[in-house]
Amino acid sequence: MEYFLQQLINGVTLGAIYGLVAIGYTMVYGIIGMINFAHGEIYMIGAFISVISFLVLGAVGITWVPLAVVIVLLVTMLFTAVYGWTIERIAYRPLRGSFRLAPLISAIGMSIFLQNYVQLVQGARVKPVPPVIPQVIVLMERADGFKVAISYLQIIIIVLTIVLMAGFTLIIQHTALGRAQRACEQDMKMAGLLGVDVDRTISQTFVIGAALAGVAGVMVTMYYGVIDFYIGFIAGIKAFTAAVLGGIGSLPGAMLGGLTIGLIEAFWSAYFTVEYKDVATFGILVLVLIFRPTGLLGRPEIEKV
Amino acid sequence: MTTDAAPALLEVEHLTQRFGGLVAVSDVSFWACDRKITAIIGPNGAGKTTVFNCLTGFYTPSEGRLCLNSGDSHWLLERMEPYRIAAAARVARTFQNVRLFSGMSVLENLIVAQHVKLMGASWFTVAGLFGLPGYRKAEREAVELARYWLDRVGLVGVADWQAGNLPYGAQRRLEIARAMCTDPRLLCLDEPAAGLNPRESADLADLLTFIRDQHRIGILLIEHDMSVVMKISDHVVVLDYGRKISEGPPAQVRNDPAVIRAYLGEEEE
Amino acid sequence: MLRSALRDAALAAMVALLLTMPLIGLRTVESNSRLVVEPHFIDVAVTVALVFLGRLGLTLAGAAKGPAWSVLAAALTVVGSGWLLPFPTQALRWLAVAGGILVGLRALVALRARHGTLTEAERDRRMDRIGARLQDASRLIGPVAVIFALLLPLLPFADRALIDLGILLLTYIMLGWGLNIVVGLAGMLDLGYVAFYAVGAYSYALLAQTFGFGFWLCLPLAGLFASIYGLMLGFPVLRLRGDYFAIVTLAFAEIVRIVLLNWAWFTNGPIGISGIPRPSFFGLAVFAKNPPEGAIAFHKLFGLEFAQIHRIIFLYYIILALSLVVNFFTLRIRRLPLGRAWEALREDEIACTALGINRTTIRLAAFAIAGMFGGFAGAFFATRQGFISPESFSFIESAIILAVVVLGGMGSQVGVVVAALLVVGLPEAFRELAQYRMLAFGAGMVVIMLWRPRGLLAHREPTILMHPRRSACQQQADTEARG
Repeated sequence: MEYFLQQLINGVTLGAIYGLVAIGYTMVYGIIGMINFAHGEIYMIGAFISVISFLVLGAVGITWVPLAVVIVLLVTMLFTAVYGWTIERIAYRPLRGSFRLAPLISAIGMSIFLQNYVQLVQGARVKPVPPVIPQVIVLMERADGFKVAISYLQIIIIVLTIVLMAGFTLIIQHTALGRAQRACEQDMKMAGLLGVDVDRTISQTFVIGAALAGVAGVMVTMYYGVIDFYIGFIAGIKAFTAAVLGGIGSLPGAMLGGLTIGLIEAFWSAYFTVEYKDVATFGILVLVLIFRPTGLLGRPEIEKV
Repeated sequence: MTTDAAPALLEVEHLTQRFGGLVAVSDVSFWACDRKITAIIGPNGAGKTTVFNCLTGFYTPSEGRLCLNSGDSHWLLERMEPYRIAAAARVARTFQNVRLFSGMSVLENLIVAQHVKLMGASWFTVAGLFGLPGYRKAEREAVELARYWLDRVGLVGVADWQAGNLPYGAQRRLEIARAMCTDPRLLCLDEPAAGLNPRESADLADLLTFIRDQHRIGILLIEHDMSVVMKISDHVVVLDYGRKISEGPPAQVRNDPAVIRAYLGEEEE
Repeated sequence: MLRSALRDAALAAMVALLLTMPLIGLRTVESNSRLVVEPHFIDVAVTVALVFLGRLGLTLAGAAKGPAWSVLAAALTVVGSGWLLPFPTQALRWLAVAGGILVGLRALVALRARHGTLTEAERDRRMDRIGARLQDASRLIGPVAVIFALLLPLLPFADRALIDLGILLLTYIMLGWGLNIVVGLAGMLDLGYVAFYAVGAYSYALLAQTFGFGFWLCLPLAGLFASIYGLMLGFPVLRLRGDYFAIVTLAFAEIVRIVLLNWAWFTNGPIGISGIPRPSFFGLAVFAKNPPEGAIAFHKLFGLEFAQIHRIIFLYYIILALSLVVNFFTLRIRRLPLGRAWEALREDEIACTALGINRTTIRLAAFAIAGMFGGFAGAFFATRQGFISPESFSFIESAIILAVVVLGGMGSQVGVVVAALLVVGLPEAFRELAQYRMLAFGAGMVVIMLWRPRGLLAHREPTILMHPRRSACQQQADTEARG
C-alpha cells in the first residue's frame, strides 16, 4: 500500500511533465495535422538552457532558490519559444500545402539537426546537476522503515502544471488567439478568408507549445538531475503517445494521456521490469492507435468518400 | 416496376443509414434493372451519395438489405467488404469529386482497374516476375480493352499523359472508362455531368445510352442536370430528406406534385 | 529595397542571437567534477554576423533587380575568408564556406534568369526535366555503372579501403531500394525499416551460433524471418493513416531494439554477438590461410597466393548481387499488377477499393517483400562485420535509409544511388568532417524538402505505353506544352 502510494506520487509527477510536452504535439497536430517530430528536441533544449541558466545565476550570485527557479523558468520559456518559432518558420511554413509526407520528413531532419547541434556545442557527456530543492515531506512511514514521501519539487511540478493547464485552457476558450486557433483547426482556408491571420496563429501555437515544452525541460532537469542531448527523442515519442492516447487535438486529453503514461511507466518500473518500461509505453501507443485511434477524449473521424 | 419473373439486378429494401442522431437515409426501397438507367435525384443533402456509399460498401447500413442478382448468383452487398463488392459482385462506381490516380498515366489508370483479372493471370505476381507467356497475353488483352474504352471516351490520343494533367471534362470521362474496365454488372455514377458544359453533357448522355444498349448492364445515376436525367433515364427515384418521395418513369415523376414541392418549396401548392 | 533587406537581415540576426546565445555562447563543461559554464561569445558574434550576411545576400540576390554581381563577389569573399581567416571553431568555418557557396549559387541562379526571378513552378519543371533526362540517360548509364561495379575490384587502384567503401555504399543502396518499395511505391512512410535489418542480422547470427548453419542457408531464412516480422507487424498497423503509421513503425522498431538489448540470455544483450562466421565460397571453399580440417581454402582451390582481400572482394560481389536482385525485382514488379496496385494505393486508396483492390493484402505484400530484402541486407551486415549489437539498429539508422530514399526522389531507382553517394559516400570521403556528418545530414533533409519536396530526381515514367515510344524527355516537354 505504502509502496503503491509512493509510485502514484512519482507517476503523477512524471505524467505532469509528459502532459506539458504532449500539449505541444496535440495543438500542432490539431491545427496543421502534422506530427512535429522536433518537439521532443525543444524539450531537450529547454533542459539544457535551464542547466545553463542555473549555472549563470549561481555565478552571478542569485542563490535565493524561489527567485532563481522563477528566473530560470522565464528565461527557458523565452528561449525555447524562439526555437519553436524559428523551426516553424524555417522548416514547416514553406511546406504548407505540399504533399503530405514532406513536413514530417522535414521535421525528422530538423530533429536530427537539433540533436547533433546540441551535441556539438554542448558536448555528448551527460550533464549532472546538483539538486536545487532537496526538501521532502514524509507522508507516512511503514513499520519496516519504508517512507512515503513527496518532495517539494514534486509539489511544485504538479502545482505548476495545473496552473499552466488552467491558464492555457482559459486562453483557448476566452481569447482572440484561442478563437483563431479553434477556427484554424476546423478549416484553415475558411478561417483565412474570414480574416484570421493563419500564419500568425500557427506561429503562436508553436511558440506556446515550445514554451510549455521548455517548462517541462526545466522540470526534468530539476527532477532527475542529469540530462544529455538524447533525452528529447524518447521523451518526445512518449509525449506523442500521451497526446494520441488522450485524443489528438484535445487539451484535457493531452493531460490525461500524460498522466496515464506517467503512471504506467512508474508502476511498470516498480512492479515489473525497469528495462521494458519503454516497451510498455510503445505497446500502449500501438494498441491505442489500432483499437481506438481517436484516443480517450478525441472525436471520431469518418472517412470522407 | 419490372414484373419479370427474374429478380431485378439490384434490390434495395428498407435502407436506413444513421450517423449518430442524424438519419441520412430512412427506409428507402427501390429496384434497379439490367439494361436500364435508373436515376436517383433529389435536392442537395437528400441522401443520394449516402445510398451510393452504402451500395459500394464504404458505409455499413444501419438497417436494410441490398441485394445484387445476376442469373442464379446473389450477393448481399451490406455484408461484403468494399473491395469484394467491386471484385466479386462487380459493382463499379465513380466519385462526385473525381478520384483518379493522378500521378499515373491515363492508360495505367485503366490497367489498374483490371487488377483483379491481371492479378490472377500473373499467378499473384509469380508468373509475371518470370515473364511467362500467359501473363503477357493477359496484359495485351488488358491494353486492348483499355484502348476500346479510351476510344469510346475520345482519349486514345492522350493515353500516355499523366491523368492529373487532363482537363476536367476528360478526367470525368476517364473515370467512367476506368469503371467500365472492371467489367461491371452495375455501374454507379455520382453526378457525372457536374461541371460539364452542355456539349459535354450531351456527349455523356450518348455514352451512357451506348453503355446501356451495347454492354447491357444496369446503370445507377445520381444527377442534378435534369436535361440529362430526363433524356436518358428509364426509371427515376426521387429522394428528399433521406426518404423516397416519388418513383416512376421520367415523364410521370416530372409531374408529381410531391417532387415539385421538394424542389420548389411549399408555396407551390 | 536595400533598407527593407537590411531590416530583414537584422531581424534574422536578432533571432540567431537569441538562438545561439545560451547554447553556443555558454558552454557547460565539467571541471573538478562540477559543472561550470564557459563563455564563447566570439562564436556567437561570428554566427550572428554570418546569419546577417547570409540573409542579406539571399534577399538581395533574389530581388528583381538586385545587385547579384556584388552579392556573388561578396559570397566568394566569405568563402575565401572561410579558408584563410582563423575562425574560432571548425564548425563556424564550415558554416561560412557552406553559407557562402549557397548564397553564391543563389546569385548565380539570379544572374542566369536575369529577366526575372524563377517562379516555383518553373523551377520545379526544370528539375523535373533534369530528372526525366537522367532517367533517359540511366538506360545507358545503368549498364555501364553495373559493369563498372563488376570490374571495380579488379581495377589497379582498388585497395581494401575503396572496396570497403563500395560494400558500405552498396549496403545502403540495397536498403534504400528495399525501403523504396514501401515508401516510394506503396507510399507508406516506414520509420522503422531498421527493424527488418536487425531481424535479419540477428537471425543469421543466432542460427549460425546455435545450430552452426552456414551463411548460404541462413540468407533465405533471414529474409523469411524478416518478412514474417513484417507480416506480424503489418496486420495491425496497415490500416492506420499516414503519419500514425509512421509513428507506429517507429515504435515497433524501438521495441525490437529494446528487446534485443534486454533479452540477454537469447541475444546476449548490449554486449552483442561476436564471432559470427564469415561466408564460405558457396560451400565449396573457405577464406582462411589455414583452413580447418576437411575444408578447402579458397586460394588453394584457385591456385592463388593467400590474401585477406579475397574475402573482402567476395563480400563485395555478394552485396552487389543482392542489390542488383532488389533492383531488378523492383523494375519488374512496377510493371506487374502488384506494383501498379502499390502506386495506385499511394495515389488514392478509396478509388483502389472501388476497383476491387484489397488494400490490406496489397500493402502486406509490400511490407513483407521490403522486409525480406531488409532481412537479406541484415544477414549480410552480420556476416561482414562478424559482430553485431543492438547499437547498430537505432532509429538514426532508419532515418539514414529513409533519407536515401527521400532525398533521391521517392520511387526513383537512380535517385537512391545518387542519394546514397551523397549521404553515405560524401561523409566517408571527408573523414575530418565526421562529427558534423549527422548535423549536415539533418539540415540536408530539411533543405531538400524545402527545395524539392518530392526528392531530387523525382520523375515518374509510365510503366506501360500505348503509343511507343518517345523519350521521357520529349514526353515531359509535350506535357508541358499542352498542359
